[in-house]
Amino acid sequence: MTPRSPAGYWIAFAIVLALLTTAPLVLPPFWQRFATEILIWGLLAMSSDILIGYTGMVSFGHSAFFGLGMYGGAAALLTVKPPSLWLAVLYGLAGAGLVAVFVAYFATRLRDIYFAISTLVFSQIFYVIIFTWTEVTGGENGLTFSQPRLHLGVWSDRFTPVTFHWFVLAVVTLSYLLVRRVTQSPFGMVLQSIRENEPRTRAIGYHVERYKMVAVMLSGLFAGLAGVLYAIQNKFAAPDFVFFVVSGEVVIFNVMGGMGTLVGPFAGAAFFLLLREGLSRFLTEYYLIPLGIIFVAMVIFVPQGLLGFAKRALNR
Amino acid sequence: MEQIIIQTINGLVNGMVLAVVASGLTLIFGIMDIVNFAHGDLMMLGAFVGATVLGVTGNFWLALAAAAIVIAMLGVLLQVTTLRPLIGRDPLTTILATFGISLVLQKYALWQWGPSVRRITEPVPGEFRLFYLQYPWYRVATAVLAGLIIGGLWLFLKYGKYGIWIRATTQDRVMAQAMGIPVPFVHTAVFAIGSAMAAASGVLFGPFAGVTQTMGSDFTLRAFIVVVVGGMGNLGGSILAAIFVSLIEAYAALVVSPAQAGIVSFVVLVLTMLFRPTGLFVPTPK
Repeated sequence: MTPRSPAGYWIAFAIVLALLTTAPLVLPPFWQRFATEILIWGLLAMSSDILIGYTGMVSFGHSAFFGLGMYGGAAALLTVKPPSLWLAVLYGLAGAGLVAVFVAYFATRLRDIYFAISTLVFSQIFYVIIFTWTEVTGGENGLTFSQPRLHLGVWSDRFTPVTFHWFVLAVVTLSYLLVRRVTQSPFGMVLQSIRENEPRTRAIGYHVERYKMVAVMLSGLFAGLAGVLYAIQNKFAAPDFVFFVVSGEVVIFNVMGGMGTLVGPFAGAAFFLLLREGLSRFLTEYYLIPLGIIFVAMVIFVPQGLLGFAKRALNR
Repeated sequence: MEQIIIQTINGLVNGMVLAVVASGLTLIFGIMDIVNFAHGDLMMLGAFVGATVLGVTGNFWLALAAAAIVIAMLGVLLQVTTLRPLIGRDPLTTILATFGISLVLQKYALWQWGPSVRRITEPVPGEFRLFYLQYPWYRVATAVLAGLIIGGLWLFLKYGKYGIWIRATTQDRVMAQAMGIPVPFVHTAVFAIGSAMAAASGVLFGPFAGVTQTMGSDFTLRAFIVVVVGGMGNLGGSILAAIFVSLIEAYAALVVSPAQAGIVSFVVLVLTMLFRPTGLFVPTPK
């Protein structure tokens, strides 16, 4: 979403931030947790937007980065005494980063559908490894651990749902601003020109593969960060989150919210999760039937997503 | 040694079933540039329809035919409602749309038939002695039947009037239209044929491991691997690749657990995409 004026953008940004900050204070516990979850899934979707929206590569393997972030965080919390929050984040980023380097090196040589399939296959490889390597990863049951304490300098306290929400909000806001800065930088411009016309970008003299690799790694790191946050929130790491269904949901968030906008994925995640919550009340696990139909209809009729749709309606 | 021979036969039988699934997928891709994420789920639905018809009538061959027809009609419906509006858009949008379809179909199957495993009884009874094993005749019959289906498809594409239409559309969509071939109709027909083949392989595969609503995504992934290894849109290559991949998985299962043997085919896929992106069995990559 390109705002008409920078001032208008920052005002909107401040309003949304203020709403999100006060949200846990007024919401009942269930919705508190829900709001935090939306932020975490939104972060994951935004990381995928770097690839889908800005570079034009659809990744069906973001569950691998997310899952490795979870397991990385779990590893830090289980092996290091006393458990440290920042170390968990670091381990999670390292785990996701390693996978991202691996995926980036192989998958970026491929384009379009082949890229999508290869990311899907890589995430399935990691899923099978995690699922079958029971001694280390806990196999099907995953790993459980206790929540670390929040350390900020000398001050240290247990997380309450409210402070955790603020912590997540801070991380997500910083990530958003960082990614926004990156996408507006010359580097981001090159990514967008790859999306628009790859052969021409190459002809101008940019090393397209190198740019794509960095984009995948960047995307993987933020996905890993989302994984760590999710692991800390739920105090477990499970192979289900490495399964490609999660990657599919991330793509759905992007399409529903609006690709290439960074804010859109958050809106998409919120829309999807609210719909799921509402529908599963009376449809239990079959909520995916109407949700899938809505998704397919949106692919056909509203390919620019909710944000793009809203923008067009406003401009009319 | 005996184990290797047994695994060779297992690999061949699985490979033939996979070849039927994959040839439907590659036909759809070749003609419409659609990567059909829902292909495995069409197979799974076909298996369920087959199991239901078998439960009512008790006739396996009737179940096979009914599944193929019902799923072909479903394919027509899906193609007309969701894929036809997407023609001319980025091929990636078709991945998204078919992914959505796959979610809906999977949950529909769960809703309609429940989470328990359905068994399809083998239509060809009896076993023969293979070293220390009693090997069911049905598996051999499946391989033969799959071969017949693929052979029939090949003859149809090679000599049938509509087969020639399909091949013409694959080669040059605009030119085919100019020659008076109703291209939108061909697209729908191909999607129906692909769906019917998926359904048939679902019924054929049913007696091996039972029918569950999660078998679809597993087969989608395997069929993708096969189609890429064999060369996207290349029918002959897909069939060879299906057998090749299944054999490799069967041999790998001798050494590691079956779940880990799946990784071997992933590795084959990645190596193929890196070194022969046009497919392993294409004589001259351009």
